[in-house]
Amino acid sequence: MPSFDTATLPYGLLAPQWILTALIFACLTVDLIVGPRGHRAVGWVAVLGTAVAAGAQASLWGTRGTFAGVLRIDEYSALFNLIFMVGGIGVLLLSFDYAERFLGQPAEFYAFVIAGILGMGLMAQAQELLTAYIALELLSFSSYILVSYARTNLKSNEAGLKYVILGSFSSAILLYGVSLLYGAIGSTMFTDIHAALSGAGASSATVIVGLVMLTAGLGFKLAAVPFHLYSPDVYEGAPTPVTAFLSVASKAAAFALTMRLVVIGLWPVRGQLSDAFAVLAILTMTLGNVVALRQSNIKRLMAYSSIAQAGYALAAIAAFFAAGDIPTEASRGVILQLVGYMFTTLAAFGGIIAFQVANNGRERIADLAGLSRRSPFAAFALTSALFSLAGMPIFSGFVTKLFLFTPVAKANMLWMVAIAIVNSTVSLFYYLQVINQMYGKAPAGLVAINAAEAEAAAHAAHAHEAGHGDDHVGAHGAAHGAHDSGAHPEPVAPWAVRGHTDGMPTELRYPLDRLSIETRVGILVALAGMFLIGLYPSPIVDLAQGASVALFTR
Amino acid sequence: MGYLSTMTVAPFVAALLIMLVPSNRPWLTRLIALGASLVSFAISLVVLAGYSWQAGGFQFRETYQWLPQFGVQVLLGVDGISVPMVFLNAIVLLTGTIVTFKIADRPKEFYALFLVSVAGVFGVFCSVDLFVLFLTYDIAGLPMYILIVAWGSTRKEYAAMKLAMMHVAGSLFVWVGMLAIYVQAGSKSFDLEFLAAQAQVLFPPAFQQIFFPVIFIGFGFLAAMWPLHTWSPDGHGAAPTAVSMVAAGVLMKLGAYGIIRVAVWLLPVGAQFWSPFFVTLGTIGAVYGGVMALAQRDFKFVIANSSVSHMGYVIVGIATLSLAGMNGAILQMFSHGVMTALFFAMVGALYDQTHTREVGMFGGLARTMPWFTGFFVIAALASLGLPGLSGFVAELLIFLGAFQTYPVVGFLCIATVALAATYMLRMVARAFFGPINPQWTHLRDLLPAEWIAGVLLVATLVVVGVYPAPFLDMINASAAPVIERVGGVR
Repeated sequence: MPSFDTATLPYGLLAPQWILTALIFACLTVDLIVGPRGHRAVGWVAVLGTAVAAGAQASLWGTRGTFAGVLRIDEYSALFNLIFMVGGIGVLLLSFDYAERFLGQPAEFYAFVIAGILGMGLMAQAQELLTAYIALELLSFSSYILVSYARTNLKSNEAGLKYVILGSFSSAILLYGVSLLYGAIGSTMFTDIHAALSGAGASSATVIVGLVMLTAGLGFKLAAVPFHLYSPDVYEGAPTPVTAFLSVASKAAAFALTMRLVVIGLWPVRGQLSDAFAVLAILTMTLGNVVALRQSNIKRLMAYSSIAQAGYALAAIAAFFAAGDIPTEASRGVILQLVGYMFTTLAAFGGIIAFQVANNGRERIADLAGLSRRSPFAAFALTSALFSLAGMPIFSGFVTKLFLFTPVAKANMLWMVAIAIVNSTVSLFYYLQVINQMYGKAPAGLVAINAAEAEAAAHAAHAHEAGHGDDHVGAHGAAHGAHDSGAHPEPVAPWAVRGHTDGMPTELRYPLDRLSIETRVGILVALAGMFLIGLYPSPIVDLAQGASVALFTR
Repeated sequence: MGYLSTMTVAPFVAALLIMLVPSNRPWLTRLIALGASLVSFAISLVVLAGYSWQAGGFQFRETYQWLPQFGVQVLLGVDGISVPMVFLNAIVLLTGTIVTFKIADRPKEFYALFLVSVAGVFGVFCSVDLFVLFLTYDIAGLPMYILIVAWGSTRKEYAAMKLAMMHVAGSLFVWVGMLAIYVQAGSKSFDLEFLAAQAQVLFPPAFQQIFFPVIFIGFGFLAAMWPLHTWSPDGHGAAPTAVSMVAAGVLMKLGAYGIIRVAVWLLPVGAQFWSPFFVTLGTIGAVYGGVMALAQRDFKFVIANSSVSHMGYVIVGIATLSLAGMNGAILQMFSHGVMTALFFAMVGALYDQTHTREVGMFGGLARTMPWFTGFFVIAALASLGLPGLSGFVAELLIFLGAFQTYPVVGFLCIATVALAATYMLRMVARAFFGPINPQWTHLRDLLPAEWIAGVLLVATLVVVGVYPAPFLDMINASAAPVIERVGGVR
């Protein structure tokens, strides 16, 4: 245990974390003042407070230091904290409508999201096993509560129970591994572990068992196959914003901790670890994608898709142990993948949440039928996100996978890249089926009106249009101007009335879903991030490069 | 912004603008789409007129930084091979936009996706950077799935999924080949000119022999090369009119263009080695498509199978590695694109009224729909290679190239023209002449929009058919160096 003097600790380095801590209490206090009706006010306090924390974190970019020896502050932890905060803001924004509609007492909900963000941030900073464990438990406890937050919903309760039991089990394994390591090495500092493993201690049975248990405990948090079994049930049962939170941020936090532990603590045993991660990666991406093919529930589909995406990132961790610049490039790839995945998943869940809020919380993929007519914006967000997850260009998924797989290829693991690319192709198949529901199918409750009614409706619309002079002229300018020389006797363009799209009557009526401003903003932020990385990635690549260099500065 | 970037980005920007238009203003959507397609069309005319074939090489150059970490730059430029393709894409964009004015179902989404796809196609034709070429190649194919499932007909889900998966499978091959080339060349640059100039040093014969077929097959998916063509009849049959026009008119050419630009240009030794193999595949495609077209009863399926046959000629022309064959293949890509766009525009005009495309259901349409019949017959005549229309010159050159190198193939291709004459003329005679089917006496002739599109496309076919010299000079100027590298027949 390092010794330190509480008076001289660099408290300023943790400013963003202090802000988050204060924010948890601020949310609860504001709730007491505004009462249950004013939960949106609490939500906005949470959003703005997190934004302030993110600003503080951004202003600390480039500062390095340690806090009492157990926390390490550098570009790596800063970038991950920013990921969690931005992701958290997105999740909070998307929670407003959902919480109002399906969850009672939303104020504590927001507070626990922030507690989770705090826990994740500490995980990215930890360089000591017990600190890491406590940070992880802060995240886990918040997650347990959030997962079972829909108290009257049976599925949410079941998911919460499963998560608590399996989560504590995995925590226990992790802790057991930590204590074995401590017993053998006499320290829980990552650097001491490194020193001990470099010596003769590496081959002792206690250390090996301890390391295996540690890996299993982290594997649970990463939802890596074969430790993934809880995740589809939990993702399905949890309130949808919480599902988003788990797959966006919780997984990234587990990666942050794993990478730090591997690079600083476990580097001497990298040969064995590389093989282990390669096996985990192949299992995880393949099983995730294959099982996703058979899903009929959109949240379960996203759970398996999330497992598969974690598999891609694990493949790059397997490439950490090659020579030269490859480790830095690989960790840059993982970080970029996590950033891109955060925006992408937020956009996807934004679409799903918008749909669920308007449709009584339905979650079958078939229920998405005709979403492009009822809610074009939600359908657009979900579609873009799915294309991005499949690694298609102009979306972030293409760029991040490029950066993720190139170092893997350079590390002489071209076969791994081949497996990953085949997996991506498989994944496109199930993503396209979701897109087919939204664009190709008619929404339930759709009323097609016959030609006569359509004519009447069009004339009514025309009469209405005539009231707005400019519109009237404009409409005919567009419809006729180019080719009709204005000689058409009918006041209504014929195709406006009898429009057909290769066989489908097109004068259809359908109820439009309404989206709140918060949901729209949340989705827009996610889409903006996704397209920024997809179209102009250089600045974010530079940030990730900085973080990755910091990670390897031992 | 230079000419090429404006031309490429205009449809993309229009797509973004269209997404911001409220959905109760469909006319504004149409106006934006028309504006963007006119801008791109005008620039393509400038490029067509301004390209100097005497000077040769890539012109209208532009350079932008994109991903310096990977050595990726946006290098734009067009040569004699891409100028006709750019013009083809622009005219299909313009006519596709015009004939789709009548669409009433979600016009916003339709135009946005359509324009993104077309912007991707411009990107492929204007890109001198291999990475950007690949990226835009994927962008071009990406929206097709949604366009077909949302606005398509006949077995649309099956067809759309098939197209998407086969496109992605092809990309996979190209992606592997591209990475291999990049790594082999020292992981520095994707600049096609640099890679081509260094090809002899960088790519040893063994490397070329392995990766030439990988890239050829990858692009072959989209070029509808037999036996990778199966997406094409289903896809074209299911797609809505403007999408069929783009898919058959332009997307298939992306594949053939990629074969010329990447496979043949960068890997000449591989091209020599594999030439007989791909000539064989091309010939089988030409004959097979023709035979299949004979058996079809749906307008769109006849045309789609005939497209497979025509793309077979293109593959033959490229793979013979003779100058005449290459020139013919490029001209055939252009002329087939224009002709198929015309075909699908006309079939769409009919289908919107009748909701059937069964050839046998019609008869005597010439009397009720004279304009429609006129345009359709011109397309059919171009398809069977009537002198005076652009298809004739192109096919003549391809056959010439085939006779110079593989005479048997030349004979087989000419036999296929007889097949084409059979199925085209039989379809025309059955549907447009003969007794009128009383069920269809109420049909109206073309809408003004369709008429304008038809006139534009027919004019292009006739002009290039009657006076192909400027086109051929341009194509020849850029095809000759490619053939010279390969050491093919001049």
